[in-house]
Amino acid sequence: MTAAGLREPPAAKALLIAAAVIYIAVMLLLPLGAVLYEALRQGWNAWVSAVTDSDARESIKLTLIVAAISVPLNTIFGIAAAWAVAKFQFRGKTALIALIELPFSVSPVVSGLVFVLLFGAQGWFGPWLERHDIRIIFALPGLVLATLFVTFPFVARQLIPLMSAQGSADEEAALTLGASGWQAFWRVTLPNIRFGLLYGVLLCNARAMGEFGAVSVVSGHIRGETNTMPLQVEALYNDYDFVAAFAVASLLALLALVTLALKSALEWRYREELAAIH
Amino acid sequence: MPSASPGRSSPLPGFGLSLGITILWLSLIILIPLSAVFVKSGSEGWHVFWAAAASPRALAAYRLSFGAAALAAAMNCLFGLLLAWVLVRYTFPGRRLLSAVIDLPFALPTAVAGIALTALYADTGIIGRFLEAAGLPVAYRPAGVVLALTFIGLPFVVRTVEPVLAAASSEVEEAALTLGATRLQTFWRVVLPTVAPALATGFALAFARGAGEYGSVIFIAGNVPYKSEIAPLLIVTQLEEYNYAGAAAIACVMLLISFALLLLLNLLQHWQQRRMA
Repeated sequence: MTAAGLREPPAAKALLIAAAVIYIAVMLLLPLGAVLYEALRQGWNAWVSAVTDSDARESIKLTLIVAAISVPLNTIFGIAAAWAVAKFQFRGKTALIALIELPFSVSPVVSGLVFVLLFGAQGWFGPWLERHDIRIIFALPGLVLATLFVTFPFVARQLIPLMSAQGSADEEAALTLGASGWQAFWRVTLPNIRFGLLYGVLLCNARAMGEFGAVSVVSGHIRGETNTMPLQVEALYNDYDFVAAFAVASLLALLALVTLALKSALEWRYREELAAIH
Repeated sequence: MPSASPGRSSPLPGFGLSLGITILWLSLIILIPLSAVFVKSGSEGWHVFWAAAASPRALAAYRLSFGAAALAAAMNCLFGLLLAWVLVRYTFPGRRLLSAVIDLPFALPTAVAGIALTALYADTGIIGRFLEAAGLPVAYRPAGVVLALTFIGLPFVVRTVEPVLAAASSEVEEAALTLGATRLQTFWRVVLPTVAPALATGFALAFARGAGEYGSVIFIAGNVPYKSEIAPLLIVTQLEEYNYAGAAAIACVMLLISFALLLLLNLLQHWQQRRMA
């Protein structure tokens, strides 16, 4: 904004800013406030007893376990995919990137359905699994698979543009100086991409812990056993136990707020990483 | 910088390993499971597929899911452009906070968004009370679906339009003003055409997300068959009735529409890159 003529009249500018702020306040902040208000509606003690209830505790534990398995797996995959796509030229690269981003355009319900079709009682491997007494659907492995599906692209999508832009001159220099491939990766690539990587892991984790549709299809909704936190919220809500539902939901809302705060903090470091490209 | 060299002649190691892991993981987690939808939906013949995929109830569900997603995406284009404009062109106290809050729908679990919106917009809620009194009820009807999808889709449009608006040089706008155009004319004739491809991309992203959305919608929708039942919910209902082929058939239709959208999206991005170049 340099030329004076490009500025809107101050009144128009103020009006536009006010409209933007009011829209965000009503559309986004009010629902967030509603979660906290409803959660604490019957006081602090009701909130504490709702989140320390044994089913709620189990759901928190399960959510943490599912995220602890699926986030590292998709992080390793994301780094491998970004290394292949960003550091090498090969045919079919564009198609590969499109396939990696595919889960973003698949409905969460379909993401869960695919595993029911494979491993459910009437699925392809259902009878075989039953004979060998292996449970995938309505059990932890199903929850992990559905979460892996929906969080698949997060890390890769963050790293591919970053590593492509950084090129491979640094790694080549390290190799010339006698480093092995792994040394070049650990000592050169990883420090170069650390904020982009953290950013991707953060978003991947938020989605893994908050996923609802995909895990809902494979969970079987057994309380204290296969209900993750979002599923526990639904179960309590459908019981008309609103205070408890919003209490568990408020924990997820806090997770979202922490994610947003860390995300904003990482964002400018990540931009520095992108900007520091030679 | 070496970039045009084929993979095998790049001095860096690890091409085979990294591409191998990528393709293996992609096949195991995404491609093989997805193929199960297509195989299963065709497993009981064309007639069974068609009866499930094109039943009046399914058609009503597609109409609601895709129609509400389109309306919500259009709403988000309007307000997304406003927000992107305000964030890029103006400095004011709280701008960074506003920018951070816009990503809330990405971070907030959808089930939480769903029950929060329902609490606000039901006839006992603080907004729903007034809407009810004004004869414009939102909760437990299709309008509730549009509301939830508007919540979910906002960041897609803002985050696609923002960088384009920031990169657009103001020189062209200045030239238009010098030549006697009013500020509004400049907006319609210069700014809007510049951001049009980004706006279209944002629309497509929000639309694709909205059409498949489940968690934020089911609490506020009412879920009455033929009226307020979204397509993903119908898939869940079919599954609960152990009608796997029926669920797969509806999923198949939704996947095909999503893939067509994805193709369109890639074309749009191509268009945008050519514009920017």
